[in-house]
Amino acid sequence: MENNRTPILELKDVKTYFRVPRGVLKAVNGVSLTIYKGETVGLVGESGCGKSTLGKTIMRLYRPDEGQVLFEGKDIWSYRKKEKKEYTKNVQMIFQDPYACLDPLSVVSDIVAEGMKIHKMYSKAELENRVLELLGMVGLNRDHASRFPHEFSGGQRQRIGIARALSLEPKLIVCDEPISALDVSIQAQVVNLLKRLQKEMGLSYLFVTHDLSMVRQISNRIAVMYLGSLVEIADSEDIYSKNYHPYTRALLSAIPIADPAVERERKRILLQGDVPSPVNLPEGCNFCNRCPYAGEECRKKKPELRQMEPGHLVACHRAGKI
Amino acid sequence: MENKKILEVRDLVVSFDTFQGSVQAVRGVSWYLNRKETIAIVGESGCGKTVTIQTVVGLNPKKNGSVKGGEVLFEGKNLLDLTPKQMRKVQGNQLSIIFQDPFTYLNPTMTVGEQIMEPYLQHHAVSREEARQKAIEILKLISLPSPEENMKRYPHQLSGGMRQRIMIAMALICSPRIVFADEPTTALDVTIQAQIIELMNSLKEKIDTSIVLITHDMGVVANMADRIYVMYAGQIVEHGDSDTVFHRPKHPYTWGLLNSVPRLDKKVADDLYSIPGTPPDLIEPPKGCAFAARCPYAMNICRTSQPPRIEFEEKEHYASCWLNHPECIRRRGPVRREGASDGK
Repeated sequence: MENNRTPILELKDVKTYFRVPRGVLKAVNGVSLTIYKGETVGLVGESGCGKSTLGKTIMRLYRPDEGQVLFEGKDIWSYRKKEKKEYTKNVQMIFQDPYACLDPLSVVSDIVAEGMKIHKMYSKAELENRVLELLGMVGLNRDHASRFPHEFSGGQRQRIGIARALSLEPKLIVCDEPISALDVSIQAQVVNLLKRLQKEMGLSYLFVTHDLSMVRQISNRIAVMYLGSLVEIADSEDIYSKNYHPYTRALLSAIPIADPAVERERKRILLQGDVPSPVNLPEGCNFCNRCPYAGEECRKKKPELRQMEPGHLVACHRAGKI
Repeated sequence: MENKKILEVRDLVVSFDTFQGSVQAVRGVSWYLNRKETIAIVGESGCGKTVTIQTVVGLNPKKNGSVKGGEVLFEGKNLLDLTPKQMRKVQGNQLSIIFQDPFTYLNPTMTVGEQIMEPYLQHHAVSREEARQKAIEILKLISLPSPEENMKRYPHQLSGGMRQRIMIAMALICSPRIVFADEPTTALDVTIQAQIIELMNSLKEKIDTSIVLITHDMGVVANMADRIYVMYAGQIVEHGDSDTVFHRPKHPYTWGLLNSVPRLDKKVADDLYSIPGTPPDLIEPPKGCAFAARCPYAMNICRTSQPPRIEFEEKEHYASCWLNHPECIRRRGPVRREGASDGK
């Protein structure tokens, strides 16, 4: 399994900066990550850590200041016109807010059909059948096709967004917090749907979220991001059982467990303060001002990702010693 | 253990008149709150939990929302009988509320210091300087760094966690008897959420207040609540103390809610349990049990008659479900909850 995986998307030291009045906002600050075919990578971090910017950099919406984004081996910024169009078909996005991402003036069938029309994928007659087929795949039916977005609940809207993403038969879908606006029981429905579709169509997902407990249900590997850099990458289960980075540990320990008896016994690592501003980053490790283990070295030198075990990367000077 | 009821809601019925018909948002809800206690009202969006507390604190618009019955007893008075002027003396003073989204509820054109002082100036005959001192005191209590500095700032200059602390400070400055917290942590990151939960739990002791928590996050409930009311389609379907509801739930909706939460301390199941379908339309609520259409254990009787409230051996534990009725002979469904793989 390990050897015959083919990468679909490779990020090589990607840096996406924004110029703001106070200086340079380093939203994504040197991220390297590979997503393989048929795999789900969970990208986890708090708000403002740059995870959505990274998602949009992959979507070719932001041009990275440095580094490369390779899709099936080719740099997406070296594309010619035709390839560019092809790329917008191969990579799709599912958005966070199911209320904001659907055109309120279009009916569902038009929303789902729009991409296919642009790419001239079907004739008019075929198109209608295809829309109904897609709606069926995500658990909606014929009656829903002629309704407007406001007639649906949050979970149903998210399904419309998923149908729209699937319509172009993409190879990779960037899911930007697809479930955080939904109720718990509906979240489970959407996650199960995404898992089923992946099995049927061999999709790859980048699942961007701040919810460490839900992302575990769908991801093969998880990357933890803090202030623009990845701090830990590992197989999904290893993040929960054999984690090394103090930030990963704090993040896990902050998640409440739905059981009062367990909670009473649990010791919690409470992080002090908020995430610092990404405009003026600390010189050493980004996490050092909130880290309970930070030492002299951490304040001076930025740690690089290094391998602790096969496939398990950690960016921490003190990993393994704490 | 002092068990003094300070707030009691009895058979509250609230509906909203719309063009389609009247939406029966709250259909006969009763609950109470003891001193220094935290209760949680749990349920999905649209189950009526927010409408319930908005009615209690008198925030329900009179225009098309109307209280059709019931009473809200606070210190011997029925709050629903008070005139708006009398009610304003209670609001923000003895009863206060923390809203879900701190950014929309703070005034963007006022410094946060002004906003924290406002309720105190409103309810007490004090000078601005005294109010300022009080605000600083309360900000120190909730451990906001450099309170004097931060009071001069505007909401957009603060982070989400700090804004939520400002909301909490506004709610606490008059030392209220009861704080209503409507999804106080859903808009926050997990690490900040953990800080806020810790803070709210410690405040209960520090300033002698009771908390009514409204949320759909069972993890937050497990950390804060003494007792739990589970609400579905405008009714309370189960009540009990926290341990009972989490470990010996009796209503299929509670099973569903608990099972659809992925747990970090359990193995990953193949498929997450999810409650099928969506909540019923409250313009025409179903004749029988409101949950029957989504319930994997529904019987014939569930679709025709409302289930009665059935009490269990634990103190004040009850659930409204026909499965628990003594005449239900072939009882189906999980006896005990076991991870996320139960259910169907």
